[in-house]
This record gives sequence, C-alpha cells and structure tokens, in this order.
Amino acid sequence: MKYGDLPGFVEEQEAFGETTVTIETPRIREACEQARDELGFSMLVDLVATDYLHWGGKGVSGYIATASGRDLNFPSTQGLQTLPELKPKRFSVSYHLLAMRQPAARVRLKVWLDDGEAVQSVVPVWPTADWHEREQYDLMGISFEGHPNLTRILMEDDWAGHPLRKDYPIGGEPVRFSDAE
Amino acid sequence: MTLAPERPTRAWPIVAADQYEGSRIPQPVPTILPVPPGLQDSDDVLRINFGPNHPSTHGVLRLIVDLDGEQVVGLSAVIGYLHTGFEKTMEHKTWWKCITYPERIDYVGYQNNELTFVLAVEKLLALEVPEKATWMRMLLCELNRIHSHLIFLGTAALELGAVSMFWYCFRERELILDLSEMVTGQRMHTRYFQVGGLAEDIPEGFYAQCRQFVEWMPHALNDYLALLDRNAIWLERTKGIGVLSADDAIALGQTGPNLRASGVDWDLRRDEPYLAYNQVDFQVPVYPEGDVYARYKVRVDEMRESTRIVDQCLRRLERMKGRPWIADDRKVVLPPREELHTSMESLIHHFKIVTEGFRVPEGEVYVATESPRGEQGCYLVSEGGPKPWRVHFRAPSFVALEATPTCVHDTLVADLIAIVGSLDAVMGDTDR
Repeated sequence: MKYGDLPGFVEEQEAFGETTVTIETPRIREACEQARDELGFSMLVDLVATDYLHWGGKGVSGYIATASGRDLNFPSTQGLQTLPELKPKRFSVSYHLLAMRQPAARVRLKVWLDDGEAVQSVVPVWPTADWHEREQYDLMGISFEGHPNLTRILMEDDWAGHPLRKDYPIGGEPVRFSDAE
Repeated sequence: MTLAPERPTRAWPIVAADQYEGSRIPQPVPTILPVPPGLQDSDDVLRINFGPNHPSTHGVLRLIVDLDGEQVVGLSAVIGYLHTGFEKTMEHKTWWKCITYPERIDYVGYQNNELTFVLAVEKLLALEVPEKATWMRMLLCELNRIHSHLIFLGTAALELGAVSMFWYCFRERELILDLSEMVTGQRMHTRYFQVGGLAEDIPEGFYAQCRQFVEWMPHALNDYLALLDRNAIWLERTKGIGVLSADDAIALGQTGPNLRASGVDWDLRRDEPYLAYNQVDFQVPVYPEGDVYARYKVRVDEMRESTRIVDQCLRRLERMKGRPWIADDRKVVLPPREELHTSMESLIHHFKIVTEGFRVPEGEVYVATESPRGEQGCYLVSEGGPKPWRVHFRAPSFVALEATPTCVHDTLVADLIAIVGSLDAVMGDTDR
C-alpha cells in the first residue's frame, strides 16, 4: 500500500527530505487508521496546528535566494526574491507519524481547516492524541469532533481566546489583584 | 576514519512478551482513570489533591486522586501551572535569539533541547556543520543525558526515602556542571550551540578535565548500584509497580527510557541517527518488565553507555585541535571578531545578522532527537523571514504524564510517588 491509497488522499509532497501527505479533512480518522494498520505507522509522535492568517502578507519581503539554492556568498551572485506560497485555508493540522522499523519511516499527514471548522478526533486511533488535541484546542482553537474530554489543558479553564492564533493580541494583559479591583 | 561495525537489519519493533493481558488504558478518556461504578457513591472514597506544590511532584503537577483507603481508584492530572508561552514568544524573536528558549523548556535536558532546535533551523537552511562542532555537540549532549539521569536517580530515590543517593548523584552532577561552565561560561542553559556550529572554540584544558570525569564515572555508577540495587526497601518499592505494557506504551506515544523499560527496543540515536551517532559504538539497554524498577535500570545503564560515547567523542576531538568549529557562511554566521576592524563586508554582515537576523527559507520541518526523556521533536514553519512563523516542541514529558493513569492500575498511594518519579517528567517541558 502506498500513501496514494489512503482514504481522502489529496497530494503527496517531498520537501527537506520529509513527506507530507495532504488528506481531505472529513476523512482524517479513516486515513490515520489505515496508516496505522496498513502502513505500519504505529506511533503518533506529535499533533500540531498552525495558523496561517496573514501568511505572505504585508511586511514580508520574502527570502532572497538564487535560482540554484541558497548560495549568496560568491561576489556578484544574482539574488532572486521568493514570496511564500499561499495556503488553501487558514489552519493546518499536522499529524507526525512514526513507523518503528529499519530504516525508520516518518510521514506528516495534513488537513486544512477554516476558522470554526471541526476536524475528527484521532483519540480512538491513538490514545496519546488526547492531550495533544486538547493542547491544540486550547492554544489554537481547533475543535476536535468526538474527543471525549475537549477542555483547556495549559491555560486556565475560564481563559478567553486562543493565544497561539496570529490575531491574538500581544500585551494588554489585565493586571490582576491591582488596586483598582 | 573508522566506522562502527555494521549492525544487522532487524524487523521492528521487538516487543517483549506481554506484561499483562489486553490494554489498561482507561476508557473513555485515556488520561483519566474513572472511579469504578461500584464505588462511585461510596462514602469511603476520598478525593484528594496531590499537588500542585508537593515536593515529590517534580515541580508543579497536580494530581486529583480518588482513594479507597490507601488504594488509588481514580486519577486525573492537571497541568499548565508552568505554562509560559514559549512557542508564542519565539514567534516574535529572530531565529538567532530563539536559541535561548528551548533550553528553558526542559531545564534539565537543556543541551538536547537546544540541539533539536538548532538542527531544525539548519535543516531549513541546508547548512553544513563542521565535523568538530558535530562531535562536540554529541559530547555535550551525552554529558547532559548523564546530568539529567543523575537528577532523576537522585530525586526518585530521595522520594522513596534513600536520602544519601541524592548527595551522591549531585556530587557527579557538579562535575558535569563544572565542565559545562568551562566550555560555555554557564552551568546550565548554555546557549553554546549556534546555527552553523558552536559559539566558541573548545577551551584548553577541557579535554584533560573531561577525561578525568570519564574515568571516574563508572566508579560512581558502581557506588549507586551498591547503594540501591541490593537495597531491600528500594526493590520492594519499585519491582512490579506501575507496570506499562509494550502495546500500551506505543499507543500512548511513550518514547525514550520509558518505552525501552517496557521492552521496546527503540532509540533514535541508533535507529534514525543524527549528528555522528552512526560512528560511535554503544548499546541500547532494554528491559522487558515495564515497571518502575525497569525504568530505573534503563537510565542507570544509559549513563554507562553515555560515558562510553563521551569517551569516543573525546578521542575524536583531541585530534581536531585548530579545526573550525562553526560554518563559514556569512549570511548566517557572525564573522570572526578580528575581521570587523579591517573588512567593510564583515561589518555589514555582522550588523545585519545582529539587528535584523538571518533569513531562513520558506518551509516546514520536523526534527526529532533522543533527549534524556525520549523523543524531543521540533516543528518549525518559516515564512522566509528573520523570525519563525510557528515553533512547536514535541515534549516527551507531556506525553510521559499521559501514561500515569494507565500505570496506577491497582496501586497504593505511596506507589504513586514512585510511579510519577519513574516517568521522569520535567514540568517545564510538560507545560512549555
């Protein structure tokens, strides 16, 4: 079985020696189950969400490189400006899987989400996803459908907002126990 | 150059015979052990708060424990008391300044965390690191692994009443901190690894002092074993306690010593080599019992193996005197100090790197290393600018604590202390 046979397969990309497989959002649990049972990815090592709000927006000058790569150390090399590639939706959720065999294999499954869109929980596939999903819910505001206990984990229970989002204000934290209270 | 003998290819994973039948992971929430239905309305069940400030919780961990007499019948962990928002902070610092943060996440395994971050940035940059820097990184990371396991051993034994162990372990820890101070100027949180290599050359006299340590450490380990390994109280309180089966450990994402103590023969240093681990000779200790005792044995054996790796690194490094310790890439690495007085180019590069920071190509990477606590992962997303877009650390302690409710199956409250200690979670790493 290959990555292309996973349920909901969209595309497979190679970059920096790592494989990223994009999966249709509604079919991620199925894809994870297949990856575990058919492809031997027995362990979910990490689950991480990224917020791409304002990605490649104003104030990004991009990266200056040469066509062949990153070698500007020779005098009079022509630099080319590269701007970041735009993303299909605001949030990505990446599942880093590990197959414990010789040689070790790793793959990143990825789904794309808009704000307010939910993704299936993979706790039934890997119990370790429990805290990972709670963390991403807490800090990034991703809701995981079917998670048995989706509550805040690192921030306080009554915290407002999700701190790792790009539109979360920095500073302006109200001072607790000040004279005014 | 001599390579280590080639290892035979094996089918993975080699899992020991089942420690127990089926799975003990609680349902429906894998990290909450519910009170059994028969006891739910019982007046005998007492709910107590264990922590957040309790000397044996290694920082600020709060466990909500349901007790029926001395028996633990329910458990859930509350974390987040040490959450400091490292990931968010790093998004607002240049790559260069970010290196100081990972060390403070896992403040016991600081050198390994620093390494993971630096390796991830180098992967994005496709930067070649000089051989000398690679071997020195390995040496320091192994010293740091010994340091971390010493703290584990000292505090875990202290919690079970073996007070003298703590002093013996901290005696050797002090030697490691002295070495660290000699090389980096800092006892902990060294910020010695730079993107591209090391911050400074290795000082004169380091090799001799490190050699002394390598010669002394096996004797110290014998001391520890003499104190603990035939100590009836220690054996009574660790053997058969907190058992975690290989299948449950994999399902719960356990890595590092906790996984190897459950009989899974898996170590990233050997199975997915980074730095130059494929060129050194070392064994991976694996114990099949899955209990507190096995976790202690794995760590003690690892200290012995780490000492051997340090020894091999020293032999290599002693032959590399005068060789470069950082890559010569002026877009990323600060130019040598003396050039600033004579070269305008160098001055400009220096100014740009210090004020604006270097730029890292667009992309995302996940780099994993074997930290003292298990798989330390760093996920980076770069937009192509001088600051990271997203930084995420896969914290082994965070994952280790998920296994607590599975381990406390049929235990007494006193065993809980031994179990939490044996999982070796560092709260800074858990809460980030």
